[in-house]
Amino acid sequence: MLKTFLIGIKDVRLAFRDRAALILMLAAPFVLTVGLGLVTGRFSGNTNNGLSDIPVIIVNLDKEQLGDALADVFTSADLADLLEPAASSDPEAARKSIDEDKAAAVVIIPAGFTRSIIPQQGDFSSNAVAVEPVKIEVYANPTRPTGAGIIKAIVDEFLSRVEEGRISGATSIVQMMMSGRISPSQAEAEGIAMGEQIQANSPSNALAIKINSSTANGEATNFDALAYIAPAMALMFLMYTVTYGGRSILAERAQGTLPRLLVSPTNSAQILGGKVFGIFLTGAAQMLILIGASSLFFQLKWGDPLGVIVLVLAAVMAATGWGMIITAIARTPSQVASVGTAIMLIFGIMGGSFISLEQMPVFIQMFSKITPNAWALDGFTTLGLGGTLNDLSTPIIALLSMGIVLFLASVALFGKKNLVQK
Amino acid sequence: MGNILEVQNLAKNYGDFQAVKGVSFNIEEGEIFSLLGPNGAGKTTTISMLSTLYTPTSGDATIGGYSVTKNPMAVRGVIGVVPQDLALYEDLTARENLIFWGQMYNLSGKSLNSRVDEVLEQIGLTDKARNRVKTFSGGMKRRVNIGVGLLHKPRLLFMDEPTVGIDPQSRRSILDTVKDLNKQGMTLLYTTHYMEEAQELSNRVGIIDHGEMIALGTQKELTQQVGQAETLILHVGENDDSEALAASLKGIQGVQQAEATDHEVSIVCAEAEDVLAAVVTKANDRGIKIRSIDIREPNLEAVFLHLTGRALRD
Ligand SMILES: Nc1ncnc2c1ncn2[C@@H]1O[C@H](COP(=O)(O)OP(=O)(O)OP(=O)(O)O)[C@@H](O)[C@H]1O
Ligand SMILES: [Mg+2]
Repeated sequence: MLKTFLIGIKDVRLAFRDRAALILMLAAPFVLTVGLGLVTGRFSGNTNNGLSDIPVIIVNLDKEQLGDALADVFTSADLADLLEPAASSDPEAARKSIDEDKAAAVVIIPAGFTRSIIPQQGDFSSNAVAVEPVKIEVYANPTRPTGAGIIKAIVDEFLSRVEEGRISGATSIVQMMMSGRISPSQAEAEGIAMGEQIQANSPSNALAIKINSSTANGEATNFDALAYIAPAMALMFLMYTVTYGGRSILAERAQGTLPRLLVSPTNSAQILGGKVFGIFLTGAAQMLILIGASSLFFQLKWGDPLGVIVLVLAAVMAATGWGMIITAIARTPSQVASVGTAIMLIFGIMGGSFISLEQMPVFIQMFSKITPNAWALDGFTTLGLGGTLNDLSTPIIALLSMGIVLFLASVALFGKKNLVQK
Repeated sequence: MGNILEVQNLAKNYGDFQAVKGVSFNIEEGEIFSLLGPNGAGKTTTISMLSTLYTPTSGDATIGGYSVTKNPMAVRGVIGVVPQDLALYEDLTARENLIFWGQMYNLSGKSLNSRVDEVLEQIGLTDKARNRVKTFSGGMKRRVNIGVGLLHKPRLLFMDEPTVGIDPQSRRSILDTVKDLNKQGMTLLYTTHYMEEAQELSNRVGIIDHGEMIALGTQKELTQQVGQAETLILHVGENDDSEALAASLKGIQGVQQAEATDHEVSIVCAEAEDVLAAVVTKANDRGIKIRSIDIREPNLEAVFLHLTGRALRD
């Protein structure tokens, strides 16, 4: 265990002493982030960027307090640049326009939504509080996952506020009734008041998304384009780092240090473990340095710090799995290098690092699921929009599974090939 | 003293190719044993099996009582290995390399640090300890490569052609280090294709060719085995009559030949020790002062030539 750690630390030290590697690990993603940031006008105050004017159709069949409040969120001035909302009264027609790729998502607020949440007169029979809220439907366009994701995040945020209010509000109403402080007939008035309170709290100024849509000096802007570009570039060059690490396994074999390790009282599991740990540590260090640098130099808000750290570690694990499998299949360090570069670019493009996946054909979007880039980028977008660790379960589970599967496969391959012998 | 290493019919095939064809030999605790052979003879392959890197195709060896095939981990604690090709991290400093490798040999803390200082001293790189290995000359790298093998004070040290491709000065210092280590009690298995090194260093020599051990023994045993004689060289003064001395020496029993060149008299005999006293007496009788005497044992090059019909180095 200790030796695994020592070997890993040694590899991090070597990677950070290799000037060529440093350029690709740190300088390249940083410079590209700046470059693409300039292109999208991030630094000139121009708010036009890849994530703006997301077309969304709101079908409000509820037409009561909460339904209206949610519809208002989408049309609020704060989100005017980010979203391009349209109203419709026909759910079927709205769904159809998704199928025709005319919008990123449809939000259908069914009739009775408000009533299912805010108790009405006569509802306060014994089991009234147990009424299930009517579900809001977000019909997402699968070809525009990021846009749809943003819409979902807005709806989720709204619902979680309503839910908080509902539980505390409903409970207090029931308590008041039980304690005889209000009569059931007063319940409706209380309920309406509570609903108004939720409404007052729920417009966009209370949404977490606001956190990211305003800069430090309070000036309202859009979802920061860099919040997409910076992780995209970091993730792309993370693939470089893991193949560099994988290559070092074969390089150590060629330069004789691997055989030398094997004749020391260190077993091969410790050695392989140390190499994997080294790749993981180097990748994590790279990501955290890039995240730190962009926060420092661009005031970029990455979002929930815990979420960022867990997501980084999961993404690095998945990428490390790729580094290992490439190494296990390749024969020479230079093969790893060339395959690694190819994969870095392919994953970068297909994983949405340059062009938002929503603008790509469906088969590429399917393919993107095998890249750590797409999943992690999805997670970083969620965080950038104000999501927290809790909202990241899908990308994190996907990344961890990817890492584990690839790692096991590469260990099996290494086992067959044997570390040194022909 | 007993054998620290016993090799029984060790063989290694690479595919159909037999690189080592069943060699057997022992190394006694405290000796320097040389494995002498030309390029491709199978020296590195043999060392790789003994150091548990390669699994033998057949045969086995025990080191310090542990089998290399059945108990490799125990063997690794007994041996130190200096590989033929440099095996170092060039982007680490000399000191960082030694620290890292020391850790891999389960050293840590203060004892590791002081041991690293000792080894740096021993390989003469204390001043350069904080420079990266990639800035070193070939000879300096070789010395770090040796240093790594010494860290855990192994009982048996394998050195695989440690002087290949370096300048005479570095070579000299490495050979001296080898002798020092041996004086301090370390047993060494030294491979080389330089006959002079095997001659200078070793108590016993194994000559290996095409994967076979073609001769084994002390240098004297090997040379006598092929009927080689020793050469005694007397260095005399400028004004001394070396011709006359040479002529008179021919009469001594055991002297096969005596010849004078400039200020030297070369005497060929079966055993230098047997004739030495008589030679010195004769010189004294003639009033010739002997400045120094060299005994050139018959060389291993000749043995190799005799056994294979080829020169050791082509
Ligand atoms: N991994 C391998 N695969 C196939 N053949 C090999 C391999 N390693 C060595 N050989 C062959 O085995 C033979 C013995 O090689 P080895 O390296 O043991 O020789 P050596 O005595 O150390 O030579 P040198 O003085 O050049 O180092 C050579 O013919 C070599 O070509
Ligand atoms: Mg060799």
